[in-house]
Amino acid sequence: MYKIVAKERLCPVVDCFEFEAPAIAKKARAGQFVVIRVDEVGERIPLTLADWDASKGTITLVAMKVGTTTHKLSSFETGEAILDIIGPLGLPSEVENFGTVVCVGGGVGVAPIFPIARALKQVGNKVITIMGARSKDLLFWEERLRAVSDELIVTTDDGSYARKGVVTEPLKEVLEKNKGTNRVVAIGPAIMMKFCSLTTKPFGVKTIVSLNSIMVDGTGMCGCCRVSVGGVTKFVCVDGPEFDGHEVDWDLLMSRQRMYLEEEKHSFELWKSRQCQCSS
Amino acid sequence: MEEKPRPKIDLNRVPMPRQDPKVRRRNFNEVALGYTDEMALREASRCIQCPKRPCVAGCPVNVDIPDFIKAVRDGNMVEAVKVLKSKNSLPGICGRVCPQETQCEEVCSLGKKGAPVAIGRLERYVADWERKQNPGFNKVVDLAPPTGKKVAVIGSGPAGLTCAADLAKMGHKVTIFEALHVAGGVLMYGIPEFRLPKEIVRAEIEYVKSLGVEIKLDSVMGKLATVDELLASGYDAVFLGTGAGLPMFLNIPGENFNGIYSANEFLTRVNLMKAYLFPEYDTPVKIGRRVAVIGGGNVAMDAARCALRLGAEEVYIVYRRSRVEMPARREEVENAEEEGVIFKFLTNPKRFIGNEQGWVTAMECYEMELGEPDASGRRRPVVKEGSEFIMEVDIVIVALGTTPNPLIPSTTTGLETRKNGTVVADEETGKTTKERVWAGGDVVTGAATVISAMGAGKRAAASIDAYLRGL
Repeated sequence: MYKIVAKERLCPVVDCFEFEAPAIAKKARAGQFVVIRVDEVGERIPLTLADWDASKGTITLVAMKVGTTTHKLSSFETGEAILDIIGPLGLPSEVENFGTVVCVGGGVGVAPIFPIARALKQVGNKVITIMGARSKDLLFWEERLRAVSDELIVTTDDGSYARKGVVTEPLKEVLEKNKGTNRVVAIGPAIMMKFCSLTTKPFGVKTIVSLNSIMVDGTGMCGCCRVSVGGVTKFVCVDGPEFDGHEVDWDLLMSRQRMYLEEEKHSFELWKSRQCQCSS
Repeated sequence: MEEKPRPKIDLNRVPMPRQDPKVRRRNFNEVALGYTDEMALREASRCIQCPKRPCVAGCPVNVDIPDFIKAVRDGNMVEAVKVLKSKNSLPGICGRVCPQETQCEEVCSLGKKGAPVAIGRLERYVADWERKQNPGFNKVVDLAPPTGKKVAVIGSGPAGLTCAADLAKMGHKVTIFEALHVAGGVLMYGIPEFRLPKEIVRAEIEYVKSLGVEIKLDSVMGKLATVDELLASGYDAVFLGTGAGLPMFLNIPGENFNGIYSANEFLTRVNLMKAYLFPEYDTPVKIGRRVAVIGGGNVAMDAARCALRLGAEEVYIVYRRSRVEMPARREEVENAEEEGVIFKFLTNPKRFIGNEQGWVTAMECYEMELGEPDASGRRRPVVKEGSEFIMEVDIVIVALGTTPNPLIPSTTTGLETRKNGTVVADEETGKTTKERVWAGGDVVTGAATVISAMGAGKRAAASIDAYLRGL
């Protein structure tokens, strides 16, 4: 059992949890993920680490309510515990002094980009961060990211806060302005990472993305998360989760992410109907 | 001198009652129903208690088979349990999934004249009898006094559980580290409920825990801690029983289309995550109308029979050699056939064809023919030129075998591996190239059987014990 020591609602559909998980906290590194299972009938889903504190023995996970598992998770409160957290899994981010790096976080991807930006900043990079959300009420961690960035650009799709538009526009401008940019790290929905990669390609800047494919075990044993990178099949769980965005077959990733849409809908409808019964 | 009339031996074994194929093909309940007391008594009486006892040597963990059978015949079940469990901590599992026909039963003296004694069925009978007794009954094993030595066992599959149980009986403090959220390894994620009910696996794991073994779940060694760190943190020895968990794929075009599973993924979803109970359980699995399982081993049979039970209309086993070369147990092939699985022999996929949404719709296959024997001694399948044909499918399950997970070897200093990823270990003792580290089971041999892994776990436990006592 993994106890929740703090819970914060970052926005109506996104929660931040601090879990007691000392062994994982001790080993965690930027870019790694954990697999969680909320209850006895629960599915195993991967979540990239948003933070950790080895001395406190806790890890931080940020999750957006999308389907059954994330809605279930959201119903947990401080003091309660979920069944399983497995990790730290996957390879850590490559962290060294590249020079100038641009970190792009979209939607809930703002959470996992935070420890990566922090680690890159700590080793001496000039860190320019771009964070975006659909609207103002979906934005979170602006100050946290500002604290680890030399420059921060915020966008909202609808213009309800800061700059109107999507993250690729300022990304292009930043690359034009900072000719010597050495690396881009982009985390967010697949479609956003795809367009970030397309944006950086003409500049020839190495672009790292953190892929969010469906997983079961997260340790290399099932192959559910397989993707094609540079024409070669890779497992996101053990070969990733980070890959060169210019080499990823985005259409395949997005198609495989949709594999269980029907079942996910069915499962969620059932969960919702049961919630209604309970409260009535 | 008058010759004493010898009792006539029935040359036929008592058949095992099973669920009707027409019924069982649509449910996940156990196929084989087990002997009644009367059946067990009758079968046990067939054992001639021959002095040579070849069955004992035929058993990878050397169970004193004639002794437990004699106890069954004499109606002394407590003694039967005691004999069985002194060598085998997982008899309910072995009685169900061991390939007895190539081990103890193959060498049975009765086999020269007729059917060998049904040792596996009797083993299962004894284990099931014990499980039905009052809780607390199974205190039939004496534990050695504590030695104060600590051993870390990585992996809670058959090798790890056996090694841990034996070491605990010898008085050592054992902790098992398991990566998944339940213990049991392949017994839980791989072998389906209808062949090995999970309740039985859980009960036998509870027994191992009752010996004092601690099991830490959700612990991916190599990530959470390395073997070197375990050795530095107070463990006197480490046993690696991490199995062969990585799936092999065909590496042909279209293999990443939606609807194409590794057998590992398909079985893990169905068995471990209980996708056959979706949506009561949250994990889904695609059911399919026409399912093709690629491969001819036991895992392929398990996957095909699961697909059928989930509700697929037609399930095919697609195998590149012919029936005689299939590595699956004959019993499992027969079970699959009875249930309606269709076998396509001498057939091998060339590529997968998908639709615009990225789903597999068909596979193009070659017809094969058998050429000269290859390294495995089996005739090598060769492509018949120009024989390509299209087979419509909507789900494909690739069951080509598995290789060891590189996580431990890649994070452990001084641990030698072979090209195929298996860990180098002495066959008799399980000693690896690294001091204080032993290994056994699929991680050493590549994918094999539950009982051979248990045998390796047992031999390693003896070697670890000898080492610890010399400290």
